[in-house]
Parts: sequence; C-alpha cells; structure tokens
Amino acid sequence: MTKTKTHPTINKAELPTWCELSGAVISAPGSSTCIETGTWRTYMPIRDAEKCIQCMRCWIYCPDSAIIVEDGKVVGIDYEHCKGCGICAKECTPKDKAIVMKEEIK
Amino acid sequence: MKENLLESGVRSSEDRGVLQYAPTHDTRLGTQTRVALTGNDAVALAFKQVDPDVAAVYPITPQTELMHKFADYVSNGEVHTELMLVESEHSAMSASIGASAAGARTITATSSQGLALMWEMLYIAASYRLPIVMVDVNRALSGPLNIHCDHSDTMGCRDTGLIQLFSENSQEAYDNTIQAFRIAEHPDVQLPVMVTLDGFIISHTVEALKVFDDEVVKAFVGEYEPLRSLLDTDNPITMGPLDLPNYYFEHKRQQVEAMERSRKVISTVGNEFEKISGRKYGFFEPYKLDDAELAIVLLGSTAGTAKDAVDLLREEGIKAGLLKLRVFRPFPGRQIIKALANVRAVGIFDRSISFGLEGGPLFNEVRSFAFESNFKMASFIYGLGGRDINVAQIRDVFLTLKEIKDTGRTDIPVQYIGLRE
Ligand code: SF4
Ligand code: SF4
Repeated sequence: MTKTKTHPTINKAELPTWCELSGAVISAPGSSTCIETGTWRTYMPIRDAEKCIQCMRCWIYCPDSAIIVEDGKVVGIDYEHCKGCGICAKECTPKDKAIVMKEEIK
Repeated sequence: MKENLLESGVRSSEDRGVLQYAPTHDTRLGTQTRVALTGNDAVALAFKQVDPDVAAVYPITPQTELMHKFADYVSNGEVHTELMLVESEHSAMSASIGASAAGARTITATSSQGLALMWEMLYIAASYRLPIVMVDVNRALSGPLNIHCDHSDTMGCRDTGLIQLFSENSQEAYDNTIQAFRIAEHPDVQLPVMVTLDGFIISHTVEALKVFDDEVVKAFVGEYEPLRSLLDTDNPITMGPLDLPNYYFEHKRQQVEAMERSRKVISTVGNEFEKISGRKYGFFEPYKLDDAELAIVLLGSTAGTAKDAVDLLREEGIKAGLLKLRVFRPFPGRQIIKALANVRAVGIFDRSISFGLEGGPLFNEVRSFAFESNFKMASFIYGLGGRDINVAQIRDVFLTLKEIKDTGRTDIPVQYIGLRE
C-alpha cells in the first residue's frame, strides 16, 4: 500500500506574477499537491484511533486522498488537503463512528 | 518549381508575371506567378503551401469551397496534413485546440454561424496561447437567415483574444494567411490569428493575384517548432487546468501583453513579407490621405469601391482620402488618429451593428481614441446581409462629410447607406 507523501505547503507570497506566466500551463507535474484544498473546509473530520477497525473505507472513499496510510494502516488525516466533505465520516464502518465531523472555527 | 528559386536579385521569366524580389529574413528568394483564383482558392493555396500538420473543419457557406479545395490537396497527397472532418464548428475549434496543444501547426476555417458556434472555444484557444491560424469568410449572422457578406461574425468575437486581419481582395487574403503563421507562432505572441475575407465578394470572385512557389512560402513560414507540446513526455505539462481566483487574473493580464507584443511582430512580419513580395503590409493602408480634408475609414473589400470614389472626388477637386484598416485586433487606435491628424471630417464605415450603441463597432473604437483630435466624425452603417454598396453612395458620404466640415456639425445621426427609408 502506498505511503502518503508529506505535502509541501504553498507559500502565497511565492505565486508567480503575470509576467512569469505564459498560457494556461502547469509545467510542474504533480504540483496539485501544493494546493491546500484544506483551506476550503468548514467541518473537519476527527478520527478516534481507538474506535477504528482499519476497514480502509475512509481511504477508499476520500476524494482528496487525504487519509494518511502508513504500512497498510490508517494513521491520520491530512488536514492540508482534507476539504471537509464528510464522506469519510459517512462511510466509516463502525456503528459508533470512528470519524465524526466537527464544525471548524477559523 | 525548384529551378525558379532565385539565388539573388531580380529576374523575370517569360511564362510568369512581374517579379519582385529582395532577400528575406531567411535569405530565400522566390518567384511569383500571376494566376486567377477565387478568394477561397487563394487561401486554400496558401494553406497548401504552408502544409500544416492538422486541419479540423466543418463546412459552412461561404467558406465551404475553401476547405473543399484544401481537401483536394489532402486527397491528392500534395500536403501531409491530417484532415479532421468533425461534426460541428465547436468541434472544429476544439480539435484545433487539442492539435495545437499537442504541438501541431493547426488550421481551421469557418463563417458566420460556424464562428458563433466556435465562440467559447475561441476564448480557450487564445487563453491557452495556441497559435492556430483560422480563416473567417465573413457572412452575416442569423437571424433572419442570410448567407451573404457582412462583418457581424468577426466583430462579435473581437474580444475573444484573437488577432484579426482583414483583407481587401484575394491577394490580401492569400498574403495575410501566409503572414498569419509567422505572427501566431512568434514566441512573443503565441496567439490564434484570424484572417478574414468578405464572403462571396472575395471568397467566390475570381481575381488575378500573384502567388509564390511553394518553396518560397515554406521558407517564409519556416519549420514549426512549438514552444511546448502535450506530447513531449520529457517535459510533461498540463494545459488549461481550473484557474482559480489566485491565477485567472494573471493569465488574463499576460494575454493583454501578448496582444500588445504582437504589434511589433505584425510590423516586422509585414516588412519581411514586403521583401519577398513587393507588397506592403502595415496596420492600415492610407490612400490619398496625405493632403485629404475628408476621409473614410473602413475594413475589407469595400476599400476597392472607396478608392474609386476617392479618385472620382479628386477629379472633382474635393480632397478625399481613405484609410483601409487591415489589423482590427490589436487595434491601432493611436496610429489611426495620427494618420487622420490633418483631416477635417471622417466617416467611419461599419459592416455590422452594435445594438444599443450609437454607431458600429469600428466607429466607436476609432472614436474612443479621437478625444484629442480636431476632426469631426460620423458613423455609416452599410452592406448588412450582403447589401451592395457602390461608388455613387460613397461619393454621397463624402458630400455629407463636406457638409460636416463646412458647418462644423457634430450632431449627424448614424447614417444607413442603401437602406430603404
Ligand atoms: S472529510 Fe472528505 S476530504 Fe476530508 S478526509 Fe474525510 S473524505 Fe477526505
Ligand atoms: S472508515 Fe472508519 S473504521 Fe474504517 S479505517 Fe476509516 S476510520 Fe477506521
């Protein structure tokens, strides 16, 4: 199973000026990992490792690959990219959910 | 054909017309032959001589014969072009975008509704900075349904980000098409270029024009080397992704810059083209404008009729002149005002309407630069849906301008030439 990379954070001050652009082109492959989709979040998933049965459903369903997996085990959530959609909480297997959504005050 | 490539200087050949040569940027010198072609056939020949990689087309009157002729070249093996017969003009421009993004030298052509159907893709081609060369054979937009010439189609997409070159006749349509590749593909530009010719009036009229040998055109446009290509797996790129608020504005600003930079490139390419052809291409052609007191400004084939009207008025002792605009985008507003500096009254001709705006698009664009000028202006709408215009009508316009000059009137309403009132 793949190990989730630690993502570089994007520095807003380093965004290119218009002079540095030419066409609607992304010339760095994989650079979408630099986009912090986590800034969109209003509800954040909170995972309780005690209740987790390692069914991997959250990892399968997460649309943003924000479930961090190490050595075949869910170990946490990548909040830089988790956009707070709540799919993981909905799909979480145990009746007493291991993932619950909590309103995020920013 | 090859033996006619000249090594140096001016030569003539018995079976060929007048020849004018000078060294080009790529030091290729070539012969020209005088031939009789329709505007559509002339453009198809230019395309054949360039031999682009991909053509994506859908037929529409009056453009159909253009790509019909080009399809002959493809079928006869005279070009290596991949001809894509798509299911609509929206697809024609979409396929052109794909092909150009993949690094292919790409062409397409359309008219009227076809151009309207390409609309959203035109913005995309321009914003992706794709040097597609497209021809628009000018035709009125529906409705009501009409297949004849006016400039509504081109004017409708004047803000899409394409460079727009107008042609007075088949010769200019041929010459503009060849130059369009150099302009579009220049590293400072990288924008789609639209060459227009008036539907039927140019597209279907047989005219004498001078054409180059294939080799001359190939040498002038050169081998196409795309700046970037989706097929270049060594340098993988993504083209045209979602552009959120943190990037879109910057992308629009660099399109402005590309359009501005194209001004110099259009001039340079025009000068280089003059060296191989003897024909001059600037942003506009002044005709008897130096000492003119009255002038008209217009686009396209009506310039020929207007030149006759100017000659007639000169014989009558009226100092008439003409400014025939070739480049509509980027708009050479300041140069136009400079060229008209000594004129007292100017009539701006529009072969299209901007509803709800007083006068046509060309009138309003010239007027937007005229705030510091001394001349009076009036707007003349003409030729919609192929309505004919003749020398006598243009002479009447000059007489109206004379009245404006003599009285200093500025309240002349929009005039509709040849309209039943
Ligand atoms: S809330 Fe949505 S984005 Fe965040 S971890 Fe759960 S499924 Fe993924
Ligand atoms: S869905 Fe719930 S129980 Fe299953 S791995 Fe994810 S957190 Fe654990």
